[in-house]
Amino acid sequence: MSGAPHERVPVLEVESLSRSFGGVRAVDRVSFTLFSNELLAMIGPNGAGKTTCFNMVNGQLRPDAGAVRLNGRSILGLPPRSIWRLGVGRTFQITATFASMTVRENVQMALVSHYRRSRALWRPARDHYFDEAMALLERVGMDRQYDRACGVLAYGDLKRVELAVALANEPGLLLMDEPTAGMAPRERMELMQLTTGIVRERNIGVLFTEHDMDVVFAHADRIMVLDRGQLISEGTPMAVRSDRKVQEIYLGGSAVHDGGPA
Amino acid sequence: MADFIVSLLTGLSSAAAMFLVASGLSIIFGVTRIVNFAHGSFYMLGAYIGYTLVQAIGSTAVGFWAAVLIAAVAVGAIGVVMEILLLRRIYRAPELFQLIATFGVILVIQDVTLWVWGSEDLVGPQAPGLKGAADILGKPIPEYDLALIAISPLVLVGLWALFKLTRWGTLVRAATQDRQMVAALGVNQRWLFTGVLFLGSALAGLGGAVQIPKGGADLLMDFNILAVAFVVVVVGGMGSVFGAFWAAVLFGILQTFGIQILPNSTLVLMFLVMAVVLIFRPWGLLGMPETLGQAHPGPPEQPLRPALPRVRILGGAATALLLALPVAHLVLPQLVGAFTLVLVIEIMVFVLFAAALHFIMGPGGMVSFGHAAYFGGGAYAAALLVKFADAPFEIAFWAAPVGAALLAFLFGWFCVRLSGVYFAMLTLAFAQIAWAFVFQDMPGSVLRTFGIADEFGAPLKITGGDDGLNDIWPSAWAGTRIAYYYIAVGLSVAALWIMRRFLYAPFGYTLRAGRDSPLRAAAIGIDLTRHRWLAFALSGAFTGLAGALFLFSKGSVFPTTLEIARSFDALLMVLLGGVQSLFGPIFGAAALTWLNDLFSVLSYWRFLLGVTIIALVLLLPQGIVGFAGTRLGRRLRLARPEEITA
Repeated sequence: MSGAPHERVPVLEVESLSRSFGGVRAVDRVSFTLFSNELLAMIGPNGAGKTTCFNMVNGQLRPDAGAVRLNGRSILGLPPRSIWRLGVGRTFQITATFASMTVRENVQMALVSHYRRSRALWRPARDHYFDEAMALLERVGMDRQYDRACGVLAYGDLKRVELAVALANEPGLLLMDEPTAGMAPRERMELMQLTTGIVRERNIGVLFTEHDMDVVFAHADRIMVLDRGQLISEGTPMAVRSDRKVQEIYLGGSAVHDGGPA
Repeated sequence: MADFIVSLLTGLSSAAAMFLVASGLSIIFGVTRIVNFAHGSFYMLGAYIGYTLVQAIGSTAVGFWAAVLIAAVAVGAIGVVMEILLLRRIYRAPELFQLIATFGVILVIQDVTLWVWGSEDLVGPQAPGLKGAADILGKPIPEYDLALIAISPLVLVGLWALFKLTRWGTLVRAATQDRQMVAALGVNQRWLFTGVLFLGSALAGLGGAVQIPKGGADLLMDFNILAVAFVVVVVGGMGSVFGAFWAAVLFGILQTFGIQILPNSTLVLMFLVMAVVLIFRPWGLLGMPETLGQAHPGPPEQPLRPALPRVRILGGAATALLLALPVAHLVLPQLVGAFTLVLVIEIMVFVLFAAALHFIMGPGGMVSFGHAAYFGGGAYAAALLVKFADAPFEIAFWAAPVGAALLAFLFGWFCVRLSGVYFAMLTLAFAQIAWAFVFQDMPGSVLRTFGIADEFGAPLKITGGDDGLNDIWPSAWAGTRIAYYYIAVGLSVAALWIMRRFLYAPFGYTLRAGRDSPLRAAAIGIDLTRHRWLAFALSGAFTGLAGALFLFSKGSVFPTTLEIARSFDALLMVLLGGVQSLFGPIFGAAALTWLNDLFSVLSYWRFLLGVTIIALVLLLPQGIVGFAGTRLGRRLRLARPEEITA
């Protein structure tokens, strides 16, 4: 899976991103660049600052200092909905879908918002972007369950729906927080294979955090390792695997710095 | 200068009752997370019980203050009874459910008070030893006012000491911050909650009892103080006793100076101050922003489906029946009397009202506790246009939905930023302000202040206050009973159909999206606040339309169309019919309007209704919402099988 991506356009540029919580530097001058057609994993022990870093990129949290640029344009201080408009799809650690809608309606909502039709008052929502929604569902393998309510879906299926929703606005960047959390091992690999395929065919850049090292080393093109808020290693899976500092963190005595979720 | 000082002192004295009630409300909410709607009723009970006790033992100063304190303790005990019998069983229930339960208590207390003390307003006796007036810089100020000024800081210091210095107080503070953690540490929550209910209710009772010498006791006290207490708590910050204190002082002073500038302007001034505070601090002066639980926990709603053929046929049949009713009246007047037509008009008015409320409450998850503002507001807009601009019926009628939409647009701007109980409290506070606006005839009082009189030299009346606006009828072509029947039925059926279209359209889906998952909605680029705002205004417009139909069917409009009880009626219709179904509010409104008509001749109808609500809450925990609707849907097989099992 490693090897140079065939097209290297920078999608996301992060420069000296920092954020403190009451004197603790949760994220300390982290810089990286994500290219299109690339899966970049952000890993690190609990409390390393992955979630904080992630939430600053997606607009949920304001950094103390630093820059975040999407396709060369600063997105610092923009609310999540504006960042989405610029072509950033998201999936969540705990899936967030509309439970009272069917699978297809969930995707239709994203399309309705994308085409700015969310204030349309007359034609039924189920007639909007029907085929487009079905095409997306087919791509993630959920087309046969299109009419089921999201509230009753299996967890792995919900993750696929989220992926289809995230693809609705033809994003150049996908932010995936723990994409395989809560799934069975085989499901994990299937979902990541699906994601990788989509990324390749649509030339998307993916930034994801992940706890499962098998998933990370099997699917990431590049890996960043955070520890105590700092970026301590970055490179291909092969390079990161052999990095002494990384080995120290994961194999040395103090793998966990604090109890908070990462 | 002396005038200024005296006004300031008067203001501070009127802050006392506000502070006592609001702090109790705030403390109860802080720990139990329940907004006790019956809190105003506790205040009223404090006044009535205090009155009786003062009559019995209050001839001496010691006796008077003992009576006040016993009244407070007695109300505290009533709060404990409510906690043990009712609240204890519903702490885990959805928020809405808890609010409805305490609303049941309001109804019961109203009729019990009426039964025990009668409907006459009671004039409070003066406090022994404090009957005179003190001399402040050459100006007289009632001694009792000075006593009231002393009470708030005393209670504040007492509460501070209680919370800071006792173990119980520490637990209460801890529970306010993190209830689960306190439970995990092995604290017996049961008695903590009971204790908090005692304290909070006793404070409300104390507030009611101490104001007897100034205000006496009457049956409108409960709702009047409730809105004021909500405004104070919202401005001060939920759960903050100090916030309640400062907000009460602020409003007390504002009231006194406001009255001097503009009589009857107090509630409007409160509104303006609240508006300004909320623009800059949405969580109040000393409140903390917090994430509240979802308004609708429990099983998710089923996806919206196109109506089954069976439903379409039934809907068509119902419409046909409605349209045929006047024909039946003409052919068989013995069987279908004129009164039936009147009743059907009334039912359709409230069906429309309930459906408009459901429009934001169900799909939008925005539970408005003050929707009567748009019902009565619309009616008054049309009535005023007829009275003062001689507008023809055809124009004035449409002023109602337009006016109501504008009002909802204004109030909604503040409300839609909040959610859950904050939203509920704010909508209620706004509604009460609208009510005060017409009840106190605010515009009339402004004109009177400027000395503007009518052509006979008498002071101008605009909204007419308590007397309302009368003699407002449709044009001749629409004035016959049958013509108006067709107007009312036609417009309300059309409005119901239009609302249904809206909810099936992307706009309605966007509302549901925001209710289901605000996180995901933001992550697909939806500006929720805007959609919620627009939905609020649309709902206001449809509610205003109901108000217009109501106005021209009665020929008059009174402030009661805007009162809290009216808002609660609509809420109850939606809840009993089922908040998760589009047909729910229609069934709920029709049933409740009909029952109301049947039973309102009974003298203690509110008591019966209150007891019924409480019983439903206790017997069907988690289930009252939609119970009636689901049952009916199952019986008539109007829903798909998978929709019924949920």
